[in-house]
Amino acid sequence: MVSRPFSRSAWLIAYTLVVTLLCIFVFTGNGLMDTVAFVALLVPLFMASDFDKTDPRVGGLVLAFVLLCALPVIGMRNTFYLDVAIQVGIFAVLALGLNIVVGFAGLLDLGFVAFFAVGAYLWAIVSSPHGAALLGAGFPLQGDAFFVIVIVAIFVAAGAGALLGLPVLRLKGDYLAIVTLGFGEVIRVLANNLDKPVNITNGPQGIAGIAQPLTEAARVLATDTAVPAFRWQALIYYAVVLALVLVAVLANRRLDSSSIGRSWVAIREDEIAAQAMGVPLVRTKLIAFATGAAFAGTMGVLFAAKQTFVSPESFDFNQSIGILAMIVLGGLGSIRGVMMGAGLVTILNLQILKSLSAGLNHLRATGFEILGWSFANLPTQFEPSKYERLIFGLILIAMMLYRPRGLVPAERRPISARDAGRAS
Amino acid sequence: MSFQLVLELLPSTLADGLILGLLYATIALGYTMVYGVLGLINFAHSEIFMVGAFVAVELLTYVLAGSPLHPVIQLVLAMIVAAAVSAALAGLAERVAYRPLRRSNAPKLAPLITAIGISLFLQDAVRFVESLFGQFIRPFPSMPFFDIPLPLTPNDSVPMKSLVILIVAGAMLAGLRYTVTHTRLGKAIRAVATDRMAASLMGIDVNRIVMLTFVIGGALAGVAGTLYALQFGRVDPFSGFIPGLKAFTAAVLGGIGSIPGAMVGGIVLGLIEMLIGTFVPILTNNAIGTEYKDIFAFGILILILIFKPTGLLGRPSTEKV
Repeated sequence: MVSRPFSRSAWLIAYTLVVTLLCIFVFTGNGLMDTVAFVALLVPLFMASDFDKTDPRVGGLVLAFVLLCALPVIGMRNTFYLDVAIQVGIFAVLALGLNIVVGFAGLLDLGFVAFFAVGAYLWAIVSSPHGAALLGAGFPLQGDAFFVIVIVAIFVAAGAGALLGLPVLRLKGDYLAIVTLGFGEVIRVLANNLDKPVNITNGPQGIAGIAQPLTEAARVLATDTAVPAFRWQALIYYAVVLALVLVAVLANRRLDSSSIGRSWVAIREDEIAAQAMGVPLVRTKLIAFATGAAFAGTMGVLFAAKQTFVSPESFDFNQSIGILAMIVLGGLGSIRGVMMGAGLVTILNLQILKSLSAGLNHLRATGFEILGWSFANLPTQFEPSKYERLIFGLILIAMMLYRPRGLVPAERRPISARDAGRAS
Repeated sequence: MSFQLVLELLPSTLADGLILGLLYATIALGYTMVYGVLGLINFAHSEIFMVGAFVAVELLTYVLAGSPLHPVIQLVLAMIVAAAVSAALAGLAERVAYRPLRRSNAPKLAPLITAIGISLFLQDAVRFVESLFGQFIRPFPSMPFFDIPLPLTPNDSVPMKSLVILIVAGAMLAGLRYTVTHTRLGKAIRAVATDRMAASLMGIDVNRIVMLTFVIGGALAGVAGTLYALQFGRVDPFSGFIPGLKAFTAAVLGGIGSIPGAMVGGIVLGLIEMLIGTFVPILTNNAIGTEYKDIFAFGILILILIFKPTGLLGRPSTEKV
């Protein structure tokens, strides 16, 4: 007789191995089936990270295997998958950052992407030819200054968060929401128009030619192996993102169980009661705002380096809403849920809808018939990838109606008086 | 020299600002109604407004074009149909996406997310439907009557449509104010806004009143959409977002939940925007362009909220502890 947890673990390992082999040897393209297989490969990540149901050792092993072996191998064959993984990583950290503000502290922020833009423009300006014209001698910085600027961005974005937070944090709920929304618009307008009198952001054209980190390493690796440099570069980004996600998760966990985390939750649940119990309102909220912003700023730097191009378009209201939707879909306040929400939304937009469109186009072109109705009659406007907002909107509504607390609802952790004494 | 220019431009700028402000105010009325009753930002309101604008434009382009009716009657017909469609849509949104959440004791953020869901859905749904018939950016049909200049000062004039907007917006405000303060329905709405539980104990069908609030808000959005299309000459599926945002800003500025507040907030915002948009570029030699008017608008919003968090005409709310 095998005990249940063991059989669950065994199934998980077997499943992971089979899907990995399928992804490596059979489904290597970008078609619909390949997308399905790739998504199937990500399911074990979700199962394995549920340490309540899976043996933590087995779970950790599966996580490490998929993230460190399977994904890089598949990604080196087809860098599209690495791109998707990097995007998921970027959005996962953004979602974790917003989760601190909205999920833990209960401050509705609809302009979160502004801090992402701050980080992105920071790296774009200091590392591009445009920055050289603006800042003069000594610029642009070398690509490897990336790692320094990532650290700088943490402080710059946190500063921006505090700066916004100071005047507006006295507002509550919907008022705060509308002001942060306005702030997001302000940042977009600034990015769009700060090309005169002094050209700082280069306006709607955006900034191109942004440096990438570790290009030298990628070149050396490419000459040593038969694999071209751009693939190594993608792998390097993947590794950097993975490291940042890990740091973000650990930071989120520590914050969640720290005394400041408790204060955030107290404010979220009842501001007046929290204040009466001695929680300093403004300071606590400011820390939440600044911490969330720091996460976003860091990822902004990475985003700019990865795209080698930034323009105001990447930082509009829809992005803020997208990130908010990720954390609400996944489960506000739940770290695992938030990451899952980020993964689902990103993969839906980047992969599933696109491959659905490609599949439908194929059916239309071949005149495939179903019950006497030919796909050739399908209007050309009908392409799922063009209507991602429509589908996304429906998903949001359905989710809220059927699972208002998200896919992985946050759990209340019981805490005893002794623990509380130790934490503070 | 530039001072002379400022004086010359002032009357028309003020008139334009007033008209823009009235447009914001008419959209803001819908936000304020729903917020006053439910304490909910109906984010989908800006898209309901956009649908209303589309309905009016389509109707004037395909049904009423070339009809012998007077342009004003055509416009009124378009407004009525747009109001009906928008009202039905708002009611549907309430039924499908908000009411179930009120029952299920969902977290506070849930209705906001469904509202955003409806918004995104409507934007793309309208884009899809419109692009089946060609371009999804639709021009307002040319109606020369609304461009007839009315003299404002000896050397300045405003087009007829400004007068139309002024009259309709005034009628909307007066009608809504009368409905809320003098009718049985208005009494019921105020009762539900004050205390939903107590109102239901007094025999008021709360769900019906909430539904009616949405329907009225939607109808107002339909009329506002028609006016907006008339003023700016075109609509597209994404043209709801910015006016919606501005209207919400106006509602907050005036004190959300207050009907005269929405009107005052809208007019103040419209005037500020126009004055800054026109004069700041002139005074700074175009170093700071018209684009910055949004920044000033939000900056002023933040300032007002800091010093008077309840808005210009809002009453302070006391919190029970």
